[in-house]
Amino acid sequence: MSAAAEISGREASRPVLTVKGLTIQVATPEGAKIVVEDLGFTLNHGETLCLAGESGSGKSMTALAIMGLLPKPMARIASGSITLADGTELTGRSERAMRKIRAQRISMIFQEPMSSLNPVMTIGKQLEEVLLEHGMCSRSEAPARALDLLRDVQLTEAEKRLAQYPHELSGGMRQRVMIAIALACNPEILIADEPTTALDVTVQAEVLELIRALQREHGTTVLMITHDMGVVAEMADRVVVMRNGKQEEAAPVRELFAAPKTAYARELLAAVPRIGAAPTRPELERTRHTVDVEDLCVRFPMRGGLLNRVNARLHAVEGVNFRIAPGETLALVGESGCGKSTIGKAMLSLVPYEGSIRIEGQQMAGLSPHALKPIRRNVQMIFQDPGASLDARMTVGKQVAEPLVVHGLASGSELQDRVEWLFRRVGLPADHIDRFPHEFSGGQRQRICIARALALRPKAIVADESVSALDVSVQARVLELLRELQEEEGLAYLFISHDMAVIDQVADRVAVMNLGQIVESGSRDQVLRDPQHAYTRRLLSAVPFPDPTRQRPPVIAREGPVGSPVRPLDDPAPRFPLAEVAPGHWVAGDAA
Amino acid sequence: MSETAAILARPARSRNVAWVLRELLRRPRSAFGLIVIVILVAAALLAPWIMPYDPNDQMFDGLSLEGAPLPPSSRFWLGTDLLGRDLFSRLILGTQTSLIIGVLANGIAIVLGATVGITAGYFGGWVGGVLMRFTDLMMAFPALLLAIVLAAIFKPSLLIVALVIAMVNWVQMARVIYTETRSLAQREFIDVQRAIGSSTWRILGRHILPHLVYSIIVFGTLGISTTVLLEATLSYLGVGVQPPTPSWGNIIYENQTYFANAPWLVFFPGMAILLLALSFNLLGDALRDTLDPKLKGRH
Repeated sequence: MSAAAEISGREASRPVLTVKGLTIQVATPEGAKIVVEDLGFTLNHGETLCLAGESGSGKSMTALAIMGLLPKPMARIASGSITLADGTELTGRSERAMRKIRAQRISMIFQEPMSSLNPVMTIGKQLEEVLLEHGMCSRSEAPARALDLLRDVQLTEAEKRLAQYPHELSGGMRQRVMIAIALACNPEILIADEPTTALDVTVQAEVLELIRALQREHGTTVLMITHDMGVVAEMADRVVVMRNGKQEEAAPVRELFAAPKTAYARELLAAVPRIGAAPTRPELERTRHTVDVEDLCVRFPMRGGLLNRVNARLHAVEGVNFRIAPGETLALVGESGCGKSTIGKAMLSLVPYEGSIRIEGQQMAGLSPHALKPIRRNVQMIFQDPGASLDARMTVGKQVAEPLVVHGLASGSELQDRVEWLFRRVGLPADHIDRFPHEFSGGQRQRICIARALALRPKAIVADESVSALDVSVQARVLELLRELQEEEGLAYLFISHDMAVIDQVADRVAVMNLGQIVESGSRDQVLRDPQHAYTRRLLSAVPFPDPTRQRPPVIAREGPVGSPVRPLDDPAPRFPLAEVAPGHWVAGDAA
Repeated sequence: MSETAAILARPARSRNVAWVLRELLRRPRSAFGLIVIVILVAAALLAPWIMPYDPNDQMFDGLSLEGAPLPPSSRFWLGTDLLGRDLFSRLILGTQTSLIIGVLANGIAIVLGATVGITAGYFGGWVGGVLMRFTDLMMAFPALLLAIVLAAIFKPSLLIVALVIAMVNWVQMARVIYTETRSLAQREFIDVQRAIGSSTWRILGRHILPHLVYSIIVFGTLGISTTVLLEATLSYLGVGVQPPTPSWGNIIYENQTYFANAPWLVFFPGMAILLLALSFNLLGDALRDTLDPKLKGRH
């Protein structure tokens, strides 16, 4: 940070990339649509410029235009210029000319490293290919150069990685490999398009730290595209806020966060959830429990060998207990693969499980589908991706009506009235019921999913990453709707999320999961303000903080190797008993 | 349930039959296929009225003085065959045979293939395993040999020929539907249905099948051309449609020995088979392009 600041101080006026009057058109069935309009900015040597904005703001299109990677023939640059430091004009170049510039002068990393890596080539071969393609070294030097590059991006066991295939690496490691490939030819400019959005928060922190370190070392200029204001605050020197293809505001990061000039930037920043900023929630009377889960275990058999017999088990959830009172929100937090979504699915009887799940006092475990059906009404689920959880070929009205029809609760005009009422209840016009899911925006679709979940008047709702796919401003409104519904109906929420800041806003209590077990649980303030378990502290230390003046604490390193939830049949998972450190605050100790 | 349907059902915008037809007619290739098919279907339906002669009438003046078949002329448009029958009339009646078998055999193949595919794909487990291994077995078996054996066991009739062809053709449909059902069954909106408590029948009927309809239409159309070809092959081999009922295949079979002297007897039925197969293939491809939401970018 300080080195970068020094460079930008010394060479502040040396632009390496200038974008002027950039306008991008996309052909749609309804005719040409302008997705980026008259955009201009300069990228100065050694700095990090963030293009920030919500989905549809045109930020990714801008990045693709600079790289000459706009999807052809749908999108094209209608006007404007993109020039490098030496005056090289990038618009209107042939594919061959652009290929030279890509990798050598500008390179790019994408959100999903798996889809940018070739799955049938080893990491080493892919690195060498880039080096040789651009004549960075001779064939004999290539393996050694590739190894250096992997060491540069701080990949552990670099020698071993060279011979591995992309699927053998974790998401964070893959993104490191992508960065190594992007930096292979020492480009002047690195464009990072949502580079950490698909990663866990601790991995995100590591990758961001890596980008900063590489930038310090090589003096690379970074153009970062992100929707996450926390990432902006941590990374940016300057920010361009975009909306609907137009620049809303451009300012140095501290100025922007301290005093946003435009109304949109103010709105956007206000919508960003911040840890510790949420008001305290009223204390609930916890006399009875809507949800009571005891000793929940979910183990998936893993088959293998000649006879395809079960030879190991994946212990997705191991001995989990929790209760949720009416009107209470329990947040389940953890990194991907920790088993939090599996708990949600078990609550809906979507996966086989052992243990006891009682909703409103009624035991759900071990029931036949027929006996389960009436009890199912009490618990419903809202999934992460509203696009995937709606049937694309059925009108939304029919889909919201379906639970009522299936349970025989309403028919005819009564059904129609109930569906319309549900639509209005979630803030959608009732005359939209005849439309199909693709005619709605992401936030509206999630409202439809909420309406469907509410149709049976459940007592408990499992919300599995229900706002993660939404833009912050939309997210804030959906969370507000969920809160309202909870207050009015006394709903118990199991709120599953990886986003600590969102959890801070909505949760009464928090349970932190790691490797299928709860390692810490307690009230929101106990767990988030006074974390006791090492894993919780590590998670919290990695959360990007939307305040550029705050000095980021170093990410706490992982203690010991990453455990695996896959175990042989005769090897039961060690249980970590919880001990009460304060009233209601439980922390896991060592294995019993 | 029907009440819900009545109240909430509205036709899908921009995806109705008229729209699909317009799309198909807009492209030269699919328009060609569609028009040929319409003409052939019309010929099959109107056969009794448009045939210039009785197709089974062995006309005295249908042979030359030496007893050889007559080449195409203004009297016999496509010439006559060995027995002095009008080839044009026989081809028109043969259209009927070919299309009946095409539709019947293909219909049976679709129903059988879709049932097996959906069952195996949705339920998986050992039921799916057994069904798909059986499908693989059928695929590995030489289709023509199987058809000949079946046709030899049962006395060939139109229905039997259709059944034999269906027995051979359902396998591809089962494979396609199986793969699609499997990926559909893992989608989130199916999880939602299970969470609501929908019955398996409801999930299959209302949420799986509608997503398969387009594949079924497309592969059904493509399947007709294979079916017609297989019918022609079987008839040519003498185990298909039996004379005197004309089918394109057995017209070639009857007349092949005179190919050198009367090439029109093989050329015209051969062209008819080619035209029908080509038209259905063109239509099937175009339907896939038009109906596939992944290609059009809209659902």
